[in-house]
Amino acid sequence: MRFGLSEEQRLFDNSLRSFLSSRLPVEALRRLAEPGNGFDKDLWHGLGELGLHGILVPEEYGGAGLGTLDAALAAEALGYHAAPSPFMASVVMAAKAFDAAGEAPRRDWLPRIAAGEIRIGVGLGAISGQTGRAAVELRNGELSGALDGVLDGDAATHFLVYLPDGRAALIDAAADGLTATPRRSVDRTRPLVDLTFTAVPSLAVIGTTNGIETAARVRDAGRVMLAADMLGAAQNMLDRAVAYAKERSQFGRLIGSFQGVKYMCADMATMLEPCRAMVWYAAYAQDGIPEEAASTANHTKAHLAEVSREVARLATEVHGGMGFTDLLGLHFQFKRITFDRQVLGSPEQCRRDAAVAQGWAAG
Amino acid sequence: MDLTLTENHRALRDAVNAFTARHRDRAPKPGGGRKRPDQKVLEWQALLLEHGYFARTIPRDYGGFGAPRDVIELAIIADAFSRAGVSPGIHNQGISMLVPTLLEVGTEEQKRRWVGPTIRGETIWCQGYSEPGSGSDLAAAQTRAAVQDGHFVVNGQKIWTSSAHYADMMFLLCRSEPELPKHAGLSYLLVPMNNPGIEVRPLRTMTGRAEFNETFFTDVRVPLDQIVLSRGDGWRVANITLKYERLLLGDANKLQQRLEAILRMMREPGPEGTPLLDQPEWRDRLLRLQGEVMAARHHNLRLLTEQAEGVDSGLGRLIVKYHGTMLGHRLTSLAIDVMGASGLAYEPQGEMAEDDAATTWHIDYMYDIGLIIGGGSSNIQKNIIGERGLGLPREPKAAVGA
Repeated sequence: MRFGLSEEQRLFDNSLRSFLSSRLPVEALRRLAEPGNGFDKDLWHGLGELGLHGILVPEEYGGAGLGTLDAALAAEALGYHAAPSPFMASVVMAAKAFDAAGEAPRRDWLPRIAAGEIRIGVGLGAISGQTGRAAVELRNGELSGALDGVLDGDAATHFLVYLPDGRAALIDAAADGLTATPRRSVDRTRPLVDLTFTAVPSLAVIGTTNGIETAARVRDAGRVMLAADMLGAAQNMLDRAVAYAKERSQFGRLIGSFQGVKYMCADMATMLEPCRAMVWYAAYAQDGIPEEAASTANHTKAHLAEVSREVARLATEVHGGMGFTDLLGLHFQFKRITFDRQVLGSPEQCRRDAAVAQGWAAG
Repeated sequence: MDLTLTENHRALRDAVNAFTARHRDRAPKPGGGRKRPDQKVLEWQALLLEHGYFARTIPRDYGGFGAPRDVIELAIIADAFSRAGVSPGIHNQGISMLVPTLLEVGTEEQKRRWVGPTIRGETIWCQGYSEPGSGSDLAAAQTRAAVQDGHFVVNGQKIWTSSAHYADMMFLLCRSEPELPKHAGLSYLLVPMNNPGIEVRPLRTMTGRAEFNETFFTDVRVPLDQIVLSRGDGWRVANITLKYERLLLGDANKLQQRLEAILRMMREPGPEGTPLLDQPEWRDRLLRLQGEVMAARHHNLRLLTEQAEGVDSGLGRLIVKYHGTMLGHRLTSLAIDVMGASGLAYEPQGEMAEDDAATTWHIDYMYDIGLIIGGGSSNIQKNIIGERGLGLPREPKAAVGA
């Protein structure tokens, strides 16, 4: 009976973080981020060697069979280093979607996710509360229409496209009739991809037409991952601001000894520190406390969006002019936070969903 | 992470829910405190202690319930009381600050003598820390404790002593070794307030009530054994108490109780008939605060676990007072906004009568400012967070003399 990480989780976290910090010094990150496709083959393979690809896939399908909390720790570490890697959509959301599906799609797709052999971009459309085109129709097993804002879609081998009724169709990224338009986003570590379909054959259809509950669980898991990502990115910015305040001198003193600067750091820490337990709890609730899963996921995404925006500003400010330059690369985390806030539902949308989950508002 | 509820946990939750439903009429109204517990409060406290819903993990030898520390149990109990809107018992400086201090560094005799009556609400303590000349600079305390014929003899003045006008005892930080450097010359004494050399003058605050006092000491004699640890250890003991004060002032369960109380208000039909909870702009304000309280509560669970495992939470513990008091004020801000103009009628009662709901919220709204300032002001907290928590360099000392 305890609220905290296990020894295995700490070890896993440490090895992931030391891998990422060796692979992603700022010059490397700058190079990997330039294309804006959110993917690097070597990094992806390295993460696979650490067991990340199958983190949520049950052992019988070749995965590690771990929980959402383990995935959230990974998301936090990836956010800390602003790692360009299609983790959230493929490794977490698609794995959760298929794990909740029938035996045939599980058997067909989960082992391939776990092996890192496929990468699935996920488009939730209106279910996520996201803005943009979301008009998709499935007729005779073929997908037609358009869907904007697909997550982790640039280097994807497949797309999982949600229909408004809560079902989802898997399609091949190279299928005829599919046009994928990638755009670089403000966050160069994650791309934006818009899809248009003309009678694209589906490889699998999962879910049923009687409600979006399963889809909402996939969405909520994604929201927890984004919250964890923001926690990591904001913690990185705070750590760097504190380190900078301990080495930069002005007026013959380290700037961290000035209360003006010290208090900015203290404010950041005060806002951010409770967020860690909040993310842990929300992630744990996705598997272990079903009645709180939706409200904690939504609150956590919304709260982290508010806190990390403040931290992003303050941490940049502590660095003075240097924080505003490209030189330090602090802006990678700043933009990561900017991106995370907007996708899969704004804080306002998430709070509304939290109200619905508690019966405070109609769905 | 294992928050699975065992059979025992489920049984406890059912038992607490049954308890609050059955006994809610016997419970005093939550909030607005800062008065000497009356008979109703004392009886309620006794009932809570008997059921182990208060002082659950304090050993039986000292008057507690003696249960092993289980974070989930504590959370279940706190949750059930705040959801039911029923008082979870007395929270005062003796219970939340002195008792854990004695449990940490007190002698066996001190624990046996003081813990029981304090948690029962029979012995009320006040805190003799601040002085007119040493507020934020607490270690500069000048109140003198000289040793004469087998006693400490105390002379000096304390200020902001909340509840001194009805307290039985004071835990007092005073200077016993004036020849030693500032931090090394202090002692922490346990002083009966009925001593004839003590004079308490009420200090009326912005709430219109006198929650604070000035306390004057003239040749107050205190037995030599009424000291916690030894002469010169006062700064260390005071800091242990301050650690608990930070946790008390940032109490996440209190924040949750307030949130639940506001939710109940917002469910009532508003001035135009529609409950404010059904109006998106009001609902979003509540939800923002709910998210923040949720973070505070889960953070508290983490701290409780670390405490139980003997892990020093460091930064995580240092932020609690600053975080909790600022959030508390935002909650009372929403509460008085929810009441709006019709909640402006304000008539605080005297010491013994209960205030009406609107007055209580306005008192809490103002008193929260006092909590932001007291117990180490927010700026002092930020120094502590920055220097002890983040390792930032200290402010250079101003040149002495000149």
